[in-house]
Amino acid sequence: MKPNKIDELYFSVVNEPIRLGRREFIKKLGGGIIVVFCLGKLSILDGLGQNNESDALNFNAYIHVKENGRINCYTGKIEMGQGIITSLAQVVAEELEVSVYSIDMIMGDTELCPYDAGTWGSLTTRFADPVIRAAAAEAREILLDLAAEKLNISKSELAINNGVIFVKNNTPATVSFAELTEGKRIVRELKNKPEIKKSEKFNLIGKPLISIDAISKVTGKANYSGDIKLPGMVYASVIRPTVFDSKKIAINASKLSEFGGVELIENKDLVAVIHSDPEVANKAARKVNVTWKAPEAKANDVTIFKYLEENIAENSVFEEAGNIEIGKKASTTILEADYYDGYKAHAPMETHSATCYFEDDKLIIWASTQTPFGLREQLSKELDMPLEKVHVKQIFLGGGFGGKIYNQQAIEAAIIAKACGKPVQLVWSRKEEFMYDKFRPAALMKVKSGIDSTGKLQLWNFDIYCAGTRGTKLFYEVPNTKTRFFNERNIHPVGTGAWRAPGNNSTTFARESHIDVTAFSAGIDALEFRLNNLNNQDMLATLKLAATTFGWNRKKAEGFGYGIALGEDAGTCVAIIAEVFVDKKTGIVKPIKIVCAQDMGQVVNPHGATVQTEGGITMGLGYALYEEVEFNGGNVKTRNFKNYEITKFSNTPEIECVFIDKMDSKPQGGGEPAIICVGGAIANAIFDACGARVNQMPITPDRILKELQKG
Amino acid sequence: MKQAISFKLNNETVTVQVNGDEQLLTVIRTYLHKTGTKFGCGQGDCGSCTVIINNEVIRSCMLLIEDVAGKEIITIEGLSNGEILHPIQQAFVKHDALQCGFCTPGMIMNAYGLLLKNPTPTRIEVIEGMEENLCRCGSYNRIIDAIQTAGKEMNSKI
Repeated sequence: MKPNKIDELYFSVVNEPIRLGRREFIKKLGGGIIVVFCLGKLSILDGLGQNNESDALNFNAYIHVKENGRINCYTGKIEMGQGIITSLAQVVAEELEVSVYSIDMIMGDTELCPYDAGTWGSLTTRFADPVIRAAAAEAREILLDLAAEKLNISKSELAINNGVIFVKNNTPATVSFAELTEGKRIVRELKNKPEIKKSEKFNLIGKPLISIDAISKVTGKANYSGDIKLPGMVYASVIRPTVFDSKKIAINASKLSEFGGVELIENKDLVAVIHSDPEVANKAARKVNVTWKAPEAKANDVTIFKYLEENIAENSVFEEAGNIEIGKKASTTILEADYYDGYKAHAPMETHSATCYFEDDKLIIWASTQTPFGLREQLSKELDMPLEKVHVKQIFLGGGFGGKIYNQQAIEAAIIAKACGKPVQLVWSRKEEFMYDKFRPAALMKVKSGIDSTGKLQLWNFDIYCAGTRGTKLFYEVPNTKTRFFNERNIHPVGTGAWRAPGNNSTTFARESHIDVTAFSAGIDALEFRLNNLNNQDMLATLKLAATTFGWNRKKAEGFGYGIALGEDAGTCVAIIAEVFVDKKTGIVKPIKIVCAQDMGQVVNPHGATVQTEGGITMGLGYALYEEVEFNGGNVKTRNFKNYEITKFSNTPEIECVFIDKMDSKPQGGGEPAIICVGGAIANAIFDACGARVNQMPITPDRILKELQKG
Repeated sequence: MKQAISFKLNNETVTVQVNGDEQLLTVIRTYLHKTGTKFGCGQGDCGSCTVIINNEVIRSCMLLIEDVAGKEIITIEGLSNGEILHPIQQAFVKHDALQCGFCTPGMIMNAYGLLLKNPTPTRIEVIEGMEENLCRCGSYNRIIDAIQTAGKEMNSKI
């Protein structure tokens, strides 16, 4: 790709005119240079959907070069460990030619930051990064114009180094950003396509950079929603039913009189106790007796798959090519199998938390939320307040993984604060976190594949129950395919929602397991089979990189096995090769090594991308091997880390991450993609190691032993 | 009936008026507002609330305040020397052994306790010593590297 292609990709639509004059927020910012950028109407799915035109912040990005020379970068995205506080600062620093440490990231504050639909879908680097770069590039041009005027020299003679503008031919005349911005107030709306830097001039993009928030996190200074302490604040403890979605019938709170200073809050099915001491609030809450009416239990963790298959008829065709009957005729071998994946919890280390207070009729709130603007809307509706009377403030999240987009805890905290008239903090217990998690839905995948005598795929028939279609557009070359999606809202006995690369974990596990089953039946090596059946050049290159890095043909000892899985998510191609050891007596799997190759386009921060990939793989081993939610109807029996096992130190393998070098391409998603291939690669490696083909995740020792006993 | 309980917190003597049956974690976070120590599960399963008491690693959610009278507690806030980070903190930064950062204070305090007992742990010994601290973001390998780096750094200064 040509170096300047990136500009076309990024800025094909520039720029919606917006009026800046009536914007109150700009008055709050003080002096300096403010650049506002609006990319035009993007789809809400792009994560940059805009507010109404009448709304104050209906643009995509802005940059403020302050009077002291430091730079504020405002974004509606939030930081939950995925590292965008670093990578976004990195692109601003790149365009402005300053140190990354002179950038202050203002994130997710609904009164200061431009509207953003939510931090999800690995969208930040794909969509927030280019608009922020554009605004920074424009700020650079304004600074150069000011410097040219001040130094009385042509702009073309000037260059920037570390926030100081100098004359290229070595004259000592220099001027700093601070000197240029002091006492000024320039508000500029970006109208033309900005001159963003070409990759050959990058000083920072593509260079590894350690997280800029690391020091605040190793010293305990980083603040999370449960770390805020307000004068007169009370702590809320909510009384919960044992069964999800139960309705309140009766309440007996007579024993609360034993506790001084507690207050009971009742609002529909929400029952809470508040006290200035969380210990008292928790003890008192246990003395409140609520009678609940629970919904009938229709399925448990064993019967759920049959229940889903029998009760979902409604389906839609997601992808179809050729004809399934022709595919069957063209095939010499047809293989059919069902694959299962149970519910998975997000289980972030920080439980859902919120702290809030009312200032007159205005609500101010800090909440562990991936959707601060969505939360503002929810609160406005729930509490019947105008949108501008709700202010969601910036705060770190202790992990999100898709689970913190629903905001139940924040709404509860706000309702309680309104009822009691005091500042309120609500931190969910671990039990509440499991109970009200929006689990990754249980999923069933029914697959039928066919190959001809040369080992070419002729047939791919894929029925997906509940997992969604993300990443299921077939990248293998198959003439006759049909992919259907079966789903029904509210079929699940527990809450369900987005979980890091929604559904793609389940479907990739099924597809890649079945590709190996198909290859094995034809006696073809799993790598060779894939190479023969791929026509997607990006995926082919990614697979080859993984195979070379791993050393696919290296010898393995008895009990060891290798497994491949390919997948596509958020614009990124992923190839994982796993090595495991399986103890055939116990069925215990020891992950030995994982290689992950990715084509994620331009890699802004290779270090950050590596950390995200390692994290995705480590988390993925949990869903593949350990994580299982036990339930009967809405009675979630999995309530803590004792019975919800996640990956630990001892089962984390050596992980090696490699990226296809594409510096001049558009960046693609990085937070989610790697995790999708873990299940399939592990399942295939287990089969290779011991001959057990387990079609259900988590692939537990029991399930492995059961398959081994079948022979 | 409230009683006065005194102990040392990060080298300063503090006294709290308590019933005695409060969790140490609540006392540290809420009464004394040292919020670097985190609540992760309240059941001793995750290690986010790990602190050091008389040189031993303790889960502060599993201990009652009456049991710490007269003892010396170190939390994440007590580790650095002013602006100068402790070698373990420096190594966590160097290896970027964190993502969301929520488990990090507990990880660092557990590592501190581990290195007190075993200044040069092997990789296996680090894993055994850290095993019950959970990190959902998946930074385990970097944490292991950081602890080994910190151990070497601390020993070279003795």
